[in-house]
Amino acid sequence: MAPFSRGFRGHRPDAAAAGRLPPGQYETRDFPVLSAGPTPHTPLANWSFTMQGADGKTARWSWEEFTALPHQTTTNDIHCVTKWSKFGTTWEGISIDTLLAEAAAKGIKPSPYVMARSDGGYTTNVPLADLTNGKAWIAFMYDGKPLPAEHGGPARLLVPHLYFWKSAKWVRELRLMENDAPGFWESLGYHNYGDPWREQRYAGDE
Amino acid sequence: MSADAAAPRITWRLATVIDVVPETPRTRTLVLDVPAWPGHRAGQHVDVRLTAEDGYQAERSYSIASPPEDARLSLTVEELTDGEVSQYLSEVLRSGDTLELRGPIGGYFVWDIPVGGPLLLVGGGSGIVPLMAMVRHRNAALATDMDARHRLPARLLYSSRRWDEVIYRDELARLVEKDPTLEVMHTLTRELPEGWTGFTRRIDRAMLEMVAWPPSEQPRVFICGPTPLVESVATTLVELGHNPALVKTERFGPTGGSV
Repeated sequence: MAPFSRGFRGHRPDAAAAGRLPPGQYETRDFPVLSAGPTPHTPLANWSFTMQGADGKTARWSWEEFTALPHQTTTNDIHCVTKWSKFGTTWEGISIDTLLAEAAAKGIKPSPYVMARSDGGYTTNVPLADLTNGKAWIAFMYDGKPLPAEHGGPARLLVPHLYFWKSAKWVRELRLMENDAPGFWESLGYHNYGDPWREQRYAGDE
Repeated sequence: MSADAAAPRITWRLATVIDVVPETPRTRTLVLDVPAWPGHRAGQHVDVRLTAEDGYQAERSYSIASPPEDARLSLTVEELTDGEVSQYLSEVLRSGDTLELRGPIGGYFVWDIPVGGPLLLVGGGSGIVPLMAMVRHRNAALATDMDARHRLPARLLYSSRRWDEVIYRDELARLVEKDPTLEVMHTLTRELPEGWTGFTRRIDRAMLEMVAWPPSEQPRVFICGPTPLVESVATTLVELGHNPALVKTERFGPTGGSV
């Protein structure tokens, strides 16, 4: 049991919000921006998206090809490791299931782990099982508009059930891997998996 | 998850407030005694956790203001409207109280002597806090070694709304006075004191061209402040030719925040 903080009452969330908030999180109505370096601005003409198999085989889409793939609208709560949560965010993007099916047609086989790689060199690792069965997307619209660069546009990975650093901004590639390997924050003291409901913020959190 | 199994858990520690130092009308520094603090690098932060009597808890992150050389850990907190934790830390907490925290956290927005220089720090408002830890660390680690100071010059460009909102104002002035290799440039965006000769606008391209070392010098750049400031400064420095890998950012506050 944690010791009491003398005189602390706090602003309790209402019951509805309380049930949606993972431990240690608070609700924000803003959409804070967090990134470790400058925002990349890649022209769409130079943008492509790559799916790479563990054997090195690749499938690549231009922006036009990519955004012509069947896409979906999805509404989710998102949880940042810096403690804010935002409820009911609406995105439009391509489900990873769709991308895997497209890639399979080009001979790319699934592997148990995935490394997402972004413009600017950011990386994050996610088990494939956390990206499939309607759990993750490459999103390029937010709230009905093109995703702004500071929030990861033109396209970002969206894995709403994990802490939001897993939802790599400016994503350009998903690389399938036979063995897990840590990405950027996962190498700098953050948790390898990052389940907000188990408060897996930092390496060593159970 | 083998990497996690090997890492020790960052445990909650019960710190004691040794002193509370007012900095500006809306900020104050909490000086803490943290049992078995494992040490930190300048730029890192801690998570603070408050617990009400019925068990309700709130957590927030705060940048560490003190350099690794200090025996005490200092956090400088700004009172935010509606900030349940910041209001408690700003108004209720006093010397002798305890405070739960864990850390240090963050391994990217960090600077110490081996990272090298020149060191370019750009801050807005309370974004100065992790940058001040770097300034203080540089000062403590280099001590009286003037050659080392000349090899590792530092510049701080610091944007505040008003002169009385400049955090660490007197300490920065004292450091500059005794260290010719540290330059501090202020810009004030709302209200100017009489006789003000510093910058009087938000940080822009012309200001950065004047203040920043040229990209060929490969300055290590750290930018911390509200999102619009950080976005604009980082983007401008990259446009001016700085290597994005040497430009590290930390953002806070609502997307519309301004300094």
